[in-house]
Amino acid sequence: MADIEIASLGKLFAGTPALQDITTRFEDGEFIALLGPSGCGKTTLLRLLAGFEMPSSGRLSIGGRDMATATTMVPPEDRNIGFVFQSYALWPHMSVRRNVSYPLEIRKLTKPEIADRTEAALAATGLTAYADRMPSDLSGGQRQRVALARCLVSDPDAVLLDEPLANLDVALRASMQTVFTDFHKRTGATMVYVTHDQAEAMAMADRIAVMDQGRIQQFDTPQTLYERPKNRFVAEFVGRGTVVPVNAVEHRESQLHADVLGTRIAIRSDATTGISHVCLRPENLSISETGDLRAKVARVTYLGGKYLLETVSACGTRLLAETRAKFEVGTQLGLTITTPWAFSED
Amino acid sequence: MSPTLQKGGSRSETRLLSTILLLAICLTLAPVLRLLIEGVTDQGAPSLSRIDTVLAQPATLSALRHSLITAGLGTLVSLVLGSAFAFLVALTDLRAKAALVFCLMIPMMIPPQITALSWTQIMGPSSVLLKTLGIAPPLGAPQPLYSPEGIIFLLGIQHMSIVFLTLRAGLRAIPQDVVEAARISGARGLRTWWQVIMPLTLPSLAAGTAITFVTALGNFGIPAMLGIPAGYVTLPTLVYQKLAGMGTGVLAEVSVLAMLIGAVAVTGILIQRFFQSRQKIHLVGSTSRPLAIPLGAARLPVEALLWAVVFAILVLPMFGLLATSLVPAYGVPLRLDTVTLASWNDVLFRQPVTARAFVNSFSLASGAAVVLMLICLPLAWLMERHPTRLSRLFDSLLDLPYALPGVVLSISMILLLIKLPFTDATLYGTIWIIFLAYLARFFAVMFRPVQASLKQLDPAMAEAAQSVGAGLFQRLRDVILPLSAPAAAAGAILVFLTAFNELTVSALLWSSGTETLGVVIFNLDDSGDTAMASALAMTIVLVVMALMGLIQLVSRRFPKGVVPWQT
Repeated sequence: MADIEIASLGKLFAGTPALQDITTRFEDGEFIALLGPSGCGKTTLLRLLAGFEMPSSGRLSIGGRDMATATTMVPPEDRNIGFVFQSYALWPHMSVRRNVSYPLEIRKLTKPEIADRTEAALAATGLTAYADRMPSDLSGGQRQRVALARCLVSDPDAVLLDEPLANLDVALRASMQTVFTDFHKRTGATMVYVTHDQAEAMAMADRIAVMDQGRIQQFDTPQTLYERPKNRFVAEFVGRGTVVPVNAVEHRESQLHADVLGTRIAIRSDATTGISHVCLRPENLSISETGDLRAKVARVTYLGGKYLLETVSACGTRLLAETRAKFEVGTQLGLTITTPWAFSED
Repeated sequence: MSPTLQKGGSRSETRLLSTILLLAICLTLAPVLRLLIEGVTDQGAPSLSRIDTVLAQPATLSALRHSLITAGLGTLVSLVLGSAFAFLVALTDLRAKAALVFCLMIPMMIPPQITALSWTQIMGPSSVLLKTLGIAPPLGAPQPLYSPEGIIFLLGIQHMSIVFLTLRAGLRAIPQDVVEAARISGARGLRTWWQVIMPLTLPSLAAGTAITFVTALGNFGIPAMLGIPAGYVTLPTLVYQKLAGMGTGVLAEVSVLAMLIGAVAVTGILIQRFFQSRQKIHLVGSTSRPLAIPLGAARLPVEALLWAVVFAILVLPMFGLLATSLVPAYGVPLRLDTVTLASWNDVLFRQPVTARAFVNSFSLASGAAVVLMLICLPLAWLMERHPTRLSRLFDSLLDLPYALPGVVLSISMILLLIKLPFTDATLYGTIWIIFLAYLARFFAVMFRPVQASLKQLDPAMAEAAQSVGAGLFQRLRDVILPLSAPAAAAGAILVFLTAFNELTVSALLWSSGTETLGVVIFNLDDSGDTAMASALAMTIVLVVMALMGLIQLVSRRFPKGVVPWQT
């Protein structure tokens, strides 16, 4: 078990920055998700943590031990971390049991000890019945469980997961999420989980680092990310919402007020100066005949139990609202905005 | 486990890479470099005077002319035969294609001296087969194959598989929709052929032609067996005759000849590279469904014709070889009362020289296969993982010792090893010079299949092992080796196959006691023991076909691109 300390970490690929000036800290036992669009640097950060890549600048330590700088690094095999690959990377020439016991053979444990711990890991992941099969005889979910068993068997300081559910179907993904969270609860290992699926990150992580263009844009709990985004990228990437500019921000009686889409409303923010935009999420918008904001329904999507309305306001802004009642395309609506979250954006 | 900070990303891997890369460069490229130096210096000083002297000799010019004529026209024969087969096999709906392809590969795998021997057994006045059938020409009639035409014809047959393979690979890369698009635009019949298929296949056809020319140019077995009796000398046989007749005293002179062959060959290789790179541009795109043009009613006659050709160039000469090996003395017709296994018995069990050659060839071939596997496996993996400028350069040059004519490599090896630096010792005349020459020559044969399979290996396989704590050698042993074992095995069998009956390299490097099988067949035939030569040749053909069959049987387990005749 270990905390992870990252200081000014940067990585260049052929002169192009893939990761820039990352400084952060993952606490011991935390479940961290690295979330972002493809090419944002999340996988690069994970591979730097694992030691598969060497940083171009900065410093990285795990459990108080220096792991890598721009000139020196501990090779992956000496880091005692676990890594779960998107492709599972099970060794096709070894049985399930051998795949799981291999890390222990490397560590030169005694035969009975290897057998005991392998059995325990197989049991913990529900694989006892499949122990003697070859990886090619397993389904996707079973293969993923073997990969998980293989990385937990050696009791790693931290477990790194690189989009482990990307190759699974939707139903299996949900059940594997439970496997991962259970595994995290039971072992208490520090886990770093890379994904581009925000629902996955929200469901499992204690904290999420939202990344874009090689930088961490915001690093917070799922609730904070959703309710209090720091900038436009996070507001638009996490959850549904529309970012619109605000004018004439005014601080009155410990409450912020501003002009949003031509109406004066109360807003919330932790910034005191430079507020420039608000994020309008469906729950900030309520439909009422008397609403200040006039909008026309442009598209209706059924979400099961409720409808998502894509409306276009009089000034041409696209706004998303949710209702239980169905509206026809082209209907004129009134919308009321209630205390959206505001932030400053250059 | 005490974590230590190391300099560099994965220091152990890059260090091992540099070590093995250096070893591989010494093995493969040092001899070629040595030859280059020898050619342009005279007693240590840079000079081109030697080149002038040798080139001024009429024997050189006549041999050069003979080489260009036989290799050029031989390539033409290969081109006609190989491309006819390639177009028909790759583009139409012929049946039993796999069997056809396998049979067409056999001529390439049978050593040239055996090809020459087998063909002389079905022609000429003393052919046992013709005598048995009663259609032999009268005694005193010339052996028609002892002529430039004979050399051209057999070179053509020997190397048609090369044209066939490259062209077939090019044709299979043409997606069906390209032709369909042409037909929907209104192009029909020959127009599609001429305006769509031909332009797309020209690069691979040109590349195949160039490399066939280089191979034909370097061929020693056929011009030696057919040309020497006829007094028709090509560059490789000229080198052989000079070196065999006058020993290492003429080394400087033959190095110039070797450089001359090398220069022509390198030109051919460069042309081949040029067209190969153009082919790659065409290859981009979908290769979903290869073409399959229905032949309709013509299918059965075409199939019959193709198999008849296969019979004529493959089976018939083997019958000749078999017939000769079964008579008591060369020239006696084969009848029930004359049939005897005496030659087989003699050559396999009685002759000490053949027993020695079996041992030599077997140890050389298996030794080369094992050593090359040990070098190529880690090298190919590390070059894939940590490409450096040097490793990329090496990648583009490592085919050279295999592509260059065998005599060129042999002369290079002699120059490099005749006097070991800092000592008076020499490897010339020992078996080690042949062994080192084999390592250089067959490096690419081992390296390319292994490289092809490792390119398809998920890098996460090794990273997974690394993340659970496996060190470099544990990763190599437990993950990389087992996963690339099929390709390594295929490469090893191919090395064994080619080294086992190789003649060109050992013909110049052997001495008494270090004969190889190729040399023994050549010498037996040379000294008139044709029946014994035939028996030995038959044995080798059987070994070759058994090994090829073995590869074919397990080929489904190999990754794509590992078995050379399955593209």
